[in-house]
Amino acid sequence: MGANELLSWARGPGFDIALIIFVGGMLLRLLEILALGKKPDLSPPRGSGPKGGVETILTRMLPRKSIFDKEPLRIINGYVLHIGFFTVLFLYGPHIVLFESFLGFGWPALPSGMIDAASAITIVSLGVALALRLNNKVVRFLSTKDDYIAWAITLLPVLTGYMAYNHLVASYTMMLALHLLSVELLMVLAPFTKLTHMFSFAMARWYQGYQAGRRGVES
Amino acid sequence: MSAPSVEKGIQAIKAQIDAPVASFFSACVHCGLCAEACLFYTETGDPKYTPINKVEPMRRIWEREYTLLGKAKAALGLAKDVDEGTFTEWETLVYDGCSLCGRCSLVCPVGNDISGMIRKIREGFAAAGHAPEGLIGASKRAVEIGSPMGVKLPAVQAQIKHLRKNTGLDVPIDAKGAEYLVLLSSMEIMNFPEYLEAIARIMHQAGKTWTIASKAFEATNSGVQIGVSDIAKLLVSRVVDAADELGVKTVISPECGHAFTAIRWDGANLIGRPYGFEVKHILEVLDEFVSQGLIKTEGGEDAKLTYHDPCQIARKGGVVKQPRNLLNRIATNFVEMEDAGEMNWCCGGGGGVSANERADEVKLTAFNRKKSQLQALGVDTLVTACANCRLVLEEGLEENEMDIPIVGLTEMLAEYLVEDKPRPEVKEEA
Repeated sequence: MGANELLSWARGPGFDIALIIFVGGMLLRLLEILALGKKPDLSPPRGSGPKGGVETILTRMLPRKSIFDKEPLRIINGYVLHIGFFTVLFLYGPHIVLFESFLGFGWPALPSGMIDAASAITIVSLGVALALRLNNKVVRFLSTKDDYIAWAITLLPVLTGYMAYNHLVASYTMMLALHLLSVELLMVLAPFTKLTHMFSFAMARWYQGYQAGRRGVES
Repeated sequence: MSAPSVEKGIQAIKAQIDAPVASFFSACVHCGLCAEACLFYTETGDPKYTPINKVEPMRRIWEREYTLLGKAKAALGLAKDVDEGTFTEWETLVYDGCSLCGRCSLVCPVGNDISGMIRKIREGFAAAGHAPEGLIGASKRAVEIGSPMGVKLPAVQAQIKHLRKNTGLDVPIDAKGAEYLVLLSSMEIMNFPEYLEAIARIMHQAGKTWTIASKAFEATNSGVQIGVSDIAKLLVSRVVDAADELGVKTVISPECGHAFTAIRWDGANLIGRPYGFEVKHILEVLDEFVSQGLIKTEGGEDAKLTYHDPCQIARKGGVVKQPRNLLNRIATNFVEMEDAGEMNWCCGGGGGVSANERADEVKLTAFNRKKSQLQALGVDTLVTACANCRLVLEEGLEENEMDIPIVGLTEMLAEYLVEDKPRPEVKEEA
């Protein structure tokens, strides 16, 4: 298969299959969680559960001082990685065109030079994340194959996108096809790896925050 | 309890898994930050104490039983088993290496309530026959004798007799229609009788009616610590039945951290119905009395002192400002420890750790955190509001040859109480 055919498969059927698996898989994972249910709490509340839930979804975006002081690099790198990734995903012009074709509306893009820089920063940040995973004794101890797979399938789309934009290694068409395929790999595997946290983090924060809110304690 | 087995352990863990637990496992990205919040990790440096690792058996059961992916993995023989060996390996992490302090839950970036899951997984370890001897003994004594330390009513009555002699004040037992039902922890009965005396003096001055229940004077709940809901329910029921029978408005949880969690938050869920009375921690009641002008204080402590927040009262119980309101009234040189309040560091002996002799060594290692906090402050006195924290701290200080007296906040308040109400004549018993 030549680069052109590969690209048109990735743009057409490949993308559709990946999208179906991503949406269906994520829905399955989230329904698996919700189906387990939760018993009502009969203790008399001191505060509002829903208020605590919403607050915790927001406040956990920021680290507590005592933990930040101990692990500044791990925490800052976490921000760089997430912000970098989402900047490239949501603010690159061609990506917005794709989203617009699904959503029916678009939004302003960042200049592509800035996206290029954001990609490079994200790639470096993923490198730092891997180094931390391998060198920090706690993180290395906790890490499973799943964590390394999740890392690799997150890196590939950013890396291939960066290479395509900068015309590195292969032809632009080939790199673009590889970029799309790596995105599709990410979409297909995300529901079955730790990347489920992209949705379930909000549920986890909600549940803990809800209980904390009822109890009138910080969360 | 029927004969324990691995199968029962797995079933008990399955029964504990709900949507919150599933969302926590689904959201965890193995960032490892929870370890940095856990004094069992920070003081030992051993990654096995990473909080999320302590619930790994529960994660395996969740994946295998409640996810399609896990079922597929199991069918292909790729799933990790939970067997006798797993329970043996994790037992010391679940009981000895966790005081259920809850700091990990507050730092998790994705919001996982890890300590809540450790409380849950203990149900499985107890059902599998992997609970520590110390906690089994305490639970048995609590069920059979009425208190984990084997304290019986006569011991309370003896204390009351002394109290009467010292103060001329009476301690009503089983007084119907009293406003408050006061609970005690056996440690207060055995080690800190000054607590009950302080209560008697404060209640008298505040002009409140109160009582102790002969059938339910004990507030602590070994069932919650060991993770056997049936025992926890039985122990809570004793208090609920006594409170209902006596028709009290409010039950006061003593200076004991986990007793407050058991009766304030877990109790109604254990018995399966809401209470007909309120539950307050003694510090909440005292703060109310002071702010309503029911009691007044005069003078105060000049020594440099700090307050140790018991985890279950502050972080998990929301009683953070009350002790500060009280201390600022009766102490001229009150200083805060680093991370005071909801991010306090545990004494190292909560959540049943201090009742588990096997954990003595790791408990003392964990105490090093509190030791360095206290050394950094250089205080003359340490105030707290949990008899268990107090005993664990006393032991730790002694072991480290640090001479810092520890006082309970209730008794300290009573020391500076303005007592201008006449005391009734109490007939001396023969």
